[in-house]
Amino acid sequence: MIDAIHLTKKFGDVTAVDGLTFHVAEGEVFGFLGPNGAGKTTTIRMLCCLIARTSGEAWIAGYDTGNDADSLKIRKIIGFMPENTGLYGELSAYRNLDFYARLYDRTEQQRKESIERLLRLLGLWEKKDQPVGTFSKGMKQKVAIARALVHDPEILFLDEPTANLDPEAAKTVRDFILELKKEKKTIFLNTHNLDEAQKLCDRIGILKTHLLRIGTPKELKEALLGSKTVIQLEEVNDRIVAAVKHHTPGKVEVVDHRLVIDVTNAESENPGLVEAVFTAGGRIQFVQGLNPSLEDVYLKTVREETP
Amino acid sequence: MRLSKAWIIASKDLSIFRKKKSIFYTMIIFPLFVSIGLPLLIYFIAGRSAGTPDIVSGLPLIINAFAFFFLIGAATLPTTIASYTIVGEKQEQSLEPLLATPITDREILLGKSIGALLPPLLAIWIGGVIFMGMIDAITSGLLGYLYFPNAVMAVIMLLLVPLAAVTSVEVSVIVSAKVNDVRTAQQLGSMIVIPFAMIYVLGEINVFPLTVPYLIILAVILLVVDRVLFSLAVSTFRRDEILTKWK
Repeated sequence: MIDAIHLTKKFGDVTAVDGLTFHVAEGEVFGFLGPNGAGKTTTIRMLCCLIARTSGEAWIAGYDTGNDADSLKIRKIIGFMPENTGLYGELSAYRNLDFYARLYDRTEQQRKESIERLLRLLGLWEKKDQPVGTFSKGMKQKVAIARALVHDPEILFLDEPTANLDPEAAKTVRDFILELKKEKKTIFLNTHNLDEAQKLCDRIGILKTHLLRIGTPKELKEALLGSKTVIQLEEVNDRIVAAVKHHTPGKVEVVDHRLVIDVTNAESENPGLVEAVFTAGGRIQFVQGLNPSLEDVYLKTVREETP
Repeated sequence: MRLSKAWIIASKDLSIFRKKKSIFYTMIIFPLFVSIGLPLLIYFIAGRSAGTPDIVSGLPLIINAFAFFFLIGAATLPTTIASYTIVGEKQEQSLEPLLATPITDREILLGKSIGALLPPLLAIWIGGVIFMGMIDAITSGLLGYLYFPNAVMAVIMLLLVPLAAVTSVEVSVIVSAKVNDVRTAQQLGSMIVIPFAMIYVLGEINVFPLTVPYLIILAVILLVVDRVLFSLAVSTFRRDEILTKWK
């Protein structure tokens, strides 16, 4: 559905995005994670045909983003929500949405149905005639999402959809994105909220001018940091440590009364580890899996890249 | 280029202007002054003249000079709206989602131009009708005939006013790309009045008389200027420029 091949954007001598290559499948929620200035917005703008690429290729549903005729076709099938809502404050929520729906050649009936459905879903139907300028940030963000969806696009591009929102409003927006995920919409999401990326995305790309990592949240964690098993004992002695080391090739650390063991597959390795400890006379209080968070993965990846 | 798309943009802008009182007042104050204030001045002059032949014979010159004010209005009034419509969108950051819709840059520019042209044109044309009616009512007794409608006013209203308004809008588009503040854009855009004021002065000293042939020459010049400015405006109003270079 979305393909980028060595996609690059330079502003003068500054390279904003460098050689991105990735694929987003139909119905997938793909997230771009990266610090400020990593090139997330520039990438989304290139994919939405808002700015021209410097080199490389980008294809949306088989259409070339660098071709003028194709770019109009792309803009018909995508919905885009920029970081700033960019609504017309003097106009009502209904009029804002109606204006955009008309640009997509929706009939009056289609516009009415679509606007009512979206505003009801987002809990704004009762306020449909109020000027958007009087709305709270969260409400404006909801209207901006509705605007991106008013023509029922196949692909949705969301640039920091929950930035600057209070936790409650951010949750509402995230829940709505989850609803869209259930509808099998293809969603491309820019965020620097790790929790949000983990909750919403099927796959994540970590970006810092160029693509540092890409994969499912699970793959990223395992590939970069692996997982650990923690065995809490009444007492740790050399015999137990030796038995565990004999059993596993992974690193074994002793922290107070705990053994922290690197494992590649916890489900298959843990029973053997427990048995080794037990056989060596260890009295186990509990066994716990220790998985790295996406934050660990993100920070490690970005820091490795920082000179 | 699809006019229907441009009209969607224009009608949205017109809806916003209707809610902006400052724009509404700007649109009516100038035409009101020219269409009612200036005829009242003529009424005062005519009353004082009491049939003095010199003054009566000079009335057409004064009326023509006053009619030229509509042209100056056409050059200045659209800057108010055009600056708002572009810098305003820039401030509200509403251009980015608009550019992501299936509409071309030229259609957006045309829509914005139509939206910025219609209110001032309407205000000036209505003002022109009031002006002509009042002048005829005041001067027909003195002149012995109805001064309006005439060819000079027809050329001014139907040819020069739309062309000057287009000039004004295009200058505003170019200026708007460089500034972030509506007032600054309006002030810079309103500099367009200077060449028109100069033409007015040249008319007063008879170097460029405000007669039909000269006014048609002015229309041709404006047409060329508008064409050049339009090319400049189109090159300024490109999505890459708007999102990455507009400050």
